[in-house]
Amino acid sequence: MSNWIEVGSLNDIPKLGARVVRTDKGDIAVFRTADDEIFAIKDECPHKKGQLSQGIVYGKKVACPLHNWNINLDSGEAVAPDEGCAATYPIKMDGDKIMLSMTPNDGCPNN
Amino acid sequence: MKEKLVVIGNGMAGMRTVEELLKIAPDAYDISVFGEEPYGNYNRIMLSPVLAGEKTIDEIMLNDLQWYKDNNITLFKGVKAVDIDRKKRTVTGDDGKAVPYDRLLIATGSSAFIIPLPGHDLPGVIAFRDIADVDSMLEAAKTKKNAVVIGGGLLGLEAANGLMEQGMNVKVVHIMDTLMERQLDEPAAKMLQANLEERGLEFLMGAQTESIEGDGKVEKVRFKDGTEVDADIVVMAVGIRPNFELAAKVGIHCERGIVVNDTLQTFDPVVYAVGECVQHRGKTYGLVAPLFEMAKVCANHLAKHGIGLYEGTVTSTKLKVTGIDLFSAGDFTGDETTEDLVFKDESRGVYRKLVVKDNIVQGTVMYGDTIDGTWYFDLMRDKTDISDFRSTILFGQAHLGDSGHGDDNRVAAMADTAEICGCNGVCKGDIVNAIVDKKLFTLDEVRAHTKASASCGSCTGLVEALIAHTVGGDYSVAPHLKPMCGCTEHSHDSVREEIKKQELKTMPAVREALGWDTPDGCPKCRMALNYYLLCQWPTEYKDDSQSRFINERAHGNIQHDGTYSVIPRMWGGMTTPQELRAVADVAEKFNVETVHVTGGQRIGLYGLKKEELPAVWKEFNDAGMVSGHAYGKALRTVKTCVGKEWCRFGTQDSTGIGIKLEELSWGSWMPHKFKMAASGCPRNCAEATIKDFGVVCVDSGYELHVGGNGGIKVRATDFLCAVKTEEEVLEYAAAYMQFYREDAHYLERTAPWIERVGLHRIKEEIVDDADKRKMYAERFYVAQSVAQDDPWKERVDGGEKHEFTPLKEIRG
Repeated sequence: MSNWIEVGSLNDIPKLGARVVRTDKGDIAVFRTADDEIFAIKDECPHKKGQLSQGIVYGKKVACPLHNWNINLDSGEAVAPDEGCAATYPIKMDGDKIMLSMTPNDGCPNN
Repeated sequence: MKEKLVVIGNGMAGMRTVEELLKIAPDAYDISVFGEEPYGNYNRIMLSPVLAGEKTIDEIMLNDLQWYKDNNITLFKGVKAVDIDRKKRTVTGDDGKAVPYDRLLIATGSSAFIIPLPGHDLPGVIAFRDIADVDSMLEAAKTKKNAVVIGGGLLGLEAANGLMEQGMNVKVVHIMDTLMERQLDEPAAKMLQANLEERGLEFLMGAQTESIEGDGKVEKVRFKDGTEVDADIVVMAVGIRPNFELAAKVGIHCERGIVVNDTLQTFDPVVYAVGECVQHRGKTYGLVAPLFEMAKVCANHLAKHGIGLYEGTVTSTKLKVTGIDLFSAGDFTGDETTEDLVFKDESRGVYRKLVVKDNIVQGTVMYGDTIDGTWYFDLMRDKTDISDFRSTILFGQAHLGDSGHGDDNRVAAMADTAEICGCNGVCKGDIVNAIVDKKLFTLDEVRAHTKASASCGSCTGLVEALIAHTVGGDYSVAPHLKPMCGCTEHSHDSVREEIKKQELKTMPAVREALGWDTPDGCPKCRMALNYYLLCQWPTEYKDDSQSRFINERAHGNIQHDGTYSVIPRMWGGMTTPQELRAVADVAEKFNVETVHVTGGQRIGLYGLKKEELPAVWKEFNDAGMVSGHAYGKALRTVKTCVGKEWCRFGTQDSTGIGIKLEELSWGSWMPHKFKMAASGCPRNCAEATIKDFGVVCVDSGYELHVGGNGGIKVRATDFLCAVKTEEEVLEYAAAYMQFYREDAHYLERTAPWIERVGLHRIKEEIVDDADKRKMYAERFYVAQSVAQDDPWKERVDGGEKHEFTPLKEIRG
C-alpha cells in the first residue's frame, strides 16, 4: 500500500524542469516534462551522485549536470551506452495536486 | 500493411543504409536482403589485415546473422538476384523465387577487374575482393612459394604485404613507374617502395604483362619484353568495376555505374542505389566514407523524412599495412595555378606535401608521420584560409602554439595501456576494443561508448588516428557539415543562417521550421539554440532558463558535491577595503569552507548551499558587488597589471583600460567563456597573450591580440593590429566580441574558432573595413543595453524563486 503525500501543485515546477523534495532518507527529484507528465526519482545520478534535479530535462529524460549521463525519467535507467539505475518513486496527480509515495518502485537499487 | 523494401546486395553500403533507416524509422518497412555471399555483412576494407593474419573474419563481421533476426530482416543468404520486374515490382533470385517490393535499394557494389590476358582463367589466378578470395590466398600460402601480384595500387600492395606475412615470396608487377600513382606523388611513392623492399617485397616496375602461362594451373608470368617469373599464384589487383549489369539489363539508366541523383534515386523513382555501384555527379567511388554519407541520405528519403542531399564526398586514403603510415587526400598533384609546400626528412622517413591554391589547401600527401592528416583534411574540406600559419603548417597542428600531446603521435606503436584520454582515464586498449566490439566508425560513437575525447577534447586527434588505424579509414563528415546534434541534420552554421533568414524567434519555431526529429530537443541543441536566438534577437528573445546549464540558471558553479561557488566581480582585478570586508563578512556568516584567490584576479567562496545563494548575493549587492559570471558562457574577467600608474616600466594605464573593457562587456553571453587581459608593457605580467582578447600597452599605444588560450591546449594569441587610443581599443574589442558571438559555434572558444575561420577573415571583418567594424560594435552595444542587469540582484529581489527552494520538506 502506498502512502500518498501531497508535495505541491503542478505549477510549482517549471515545464521541462524539476524541484526537490527533502526527506530524511535523501532528496527526491520531481520532474515535469513539456506535456506535463510528472516523474519522481532519487536525486542521485548512478554515476557519481550528481543531482539529477539540476539537469536539463528533455523528452522523458534528464541530463546529469556533472558528467552528462542521460537518465530515463520513467525507469530511472541510464541511457545506453552508460549503465546504471536511479530509484524511481510512485507519483500521480490528484487534480492539480502532486501526490508522492516514499516507497520506491521495484527495479532499481535504492541505497 | 507495411511497405516492402528489398535490398539487393548485403555489403557495407546496403546494410549501413538499412541500419540508418532502422535508427530513424524502425517500423517503416518489411525488409528483405539478397546477399550473394554466404555470410552476414562484413567490413570489406579490413580484408587486408585478415590476409596479413592480424585479424580474423569474426573480428571484421559488422552484422552477424543474429542481427538480421533481431531486426526482422529476411536475408536470402547465398542467393543472387538475377532479375527485376519493374512493372510488377518484384526481384527474382537465382533460386527462382520472386520477392515483391514497394521500394528497391540496389547496393551491388563492385567487383575486381580481371585483365583478359591469355591464361587469366587458369586455376591460381585470384582477385582480391571478398572472403572467398582471401581464403584461397591463405590456402595457397600454406603450400605454395611464389606469388605474383599484378597491380601496385592500394589493393595490390595490401595483398602483397599480406601474402608476404603469410610466408610467400612476393613480386609486385606494376605497369607505371611509381606505386599508388593515384594516391601518391613520386617522392612519397619512392619512400614507400624503399620501405616495402626493405621488408622483402620485390618490385617489377614499368612491366607489361603479356600472358599467364601454365599447364592446368598457374606456373609463370611472361612479360612483353620476353622475361618470365615463376608463379604459383597470381593475384590480380588492378582495379574495381561497379556492378550494374542487373540494373542496366532492366532498363535503369547506367553509365559507368547506376546513375543516381542527390537523393540517391535512380531514374526509376522507387528504385534507389548506394555504394560502389553508383555514379553520382559523374563520379564513382571505391572507398568507404562516401558509402556512409550516401547511406545516411538514402535512409532519410526511404524513411520519407525528405531532408538531406548527397553532394559528393572528398575522400582520403590510408594504406593498411602495419608499420607504414601513409595518407593522401584531394588534389595532391597540382598544376600551374597551385603551389607545393613540401617537408622531407629522409633519414627519419617523413615526407609531407600540401598543394595550395590562393592559400586554400587543395590536397595532401603524407608519408611516415600522418598524425596531422585529419587536420589537413579538415582544412581542405572547410576551405580554411591558411595564410596566417602557412609558415609553420608543415610542422603540424602542434606548432600552432599548442602544447597538446607532443610526440605521442604514433598510435600504432603505442602500448594498449597507454593513456589516450587524460580526463576520463581511457587507454588505447579500451578504445580499440570498443571500436572492434561495438562496431564503431565515428568519433562521436567512440565518445559515447568510451568517453574518450568527450571532455576536454585535446586527445581528439589521437582518437581519430586510432579509429583510422582500427577500422581503416576516416569516416567523419567535413566539420562544417557536422549536424548540430542528434535531433537534426542541420549544421550549426545552417541553423544560424535559417534563424536569421526565416526570422525564427523561438525555439519551437526553429524546431518546426527546420524539421527537428525531437519535440523538445536535447541538452546539446537547446543550449545552443537558446544562445543563437538570444544573440540574433537580443531585444526580443525571451531567455529560456530551462535550456540553460545549471550553472547559468543558478548563477554559480555546481561543484562535485552539489554545492556552489560564489565569485563576485572585481573590476579589472581592482578591489577596496570595503569589498574585502564584505567578502570576509560573508565567509564568516555562511561558514564558507574555502576562500580562494582565483586565476582571474578575484576571490571565490566555495561550498555554499543552493538555498543560501540569494542571501549571500544580497550581502554582496549591499556592498556594491555584482555577479562575476564565473559560471557562464560569458565574459569572465579582465586581468590587469598596475600599469604606468605605479610600475616603472608601464607605458599606459592598463588597469584603467581593463576596467573600461570589463564595464563594456560584463553580462554579455558568448558561445563559450571569454577572458581578457591588459598588460601595461610588453613584459606582459597580465598574460594578455593567452587570452581570448588581450591588450598589450606599448609606448605608441595599444597592441591588440586575439584567440589565445591558457587551458587544455595552450595557444598564444595572434596579433590583430595596433591602435593609438583607448576609444579605439574599446571599439575593436566590442566589434571583435560581436563577430565572435555571431560567427562561432556554440561551445567553440576563440582559439579553435580562429583556427577554423582563419585570422585573415577576422581582420577582414574587424580591421580592414572601418564601417563594418562600427556596425559590429553597434550591434554589441545594442545587445549589451539589455544584458547588463545583475542576475544576482534579480534573484535577490525574488526572481526565479522556485530555483532556490525545495518543493517540500518531509521530516520524521
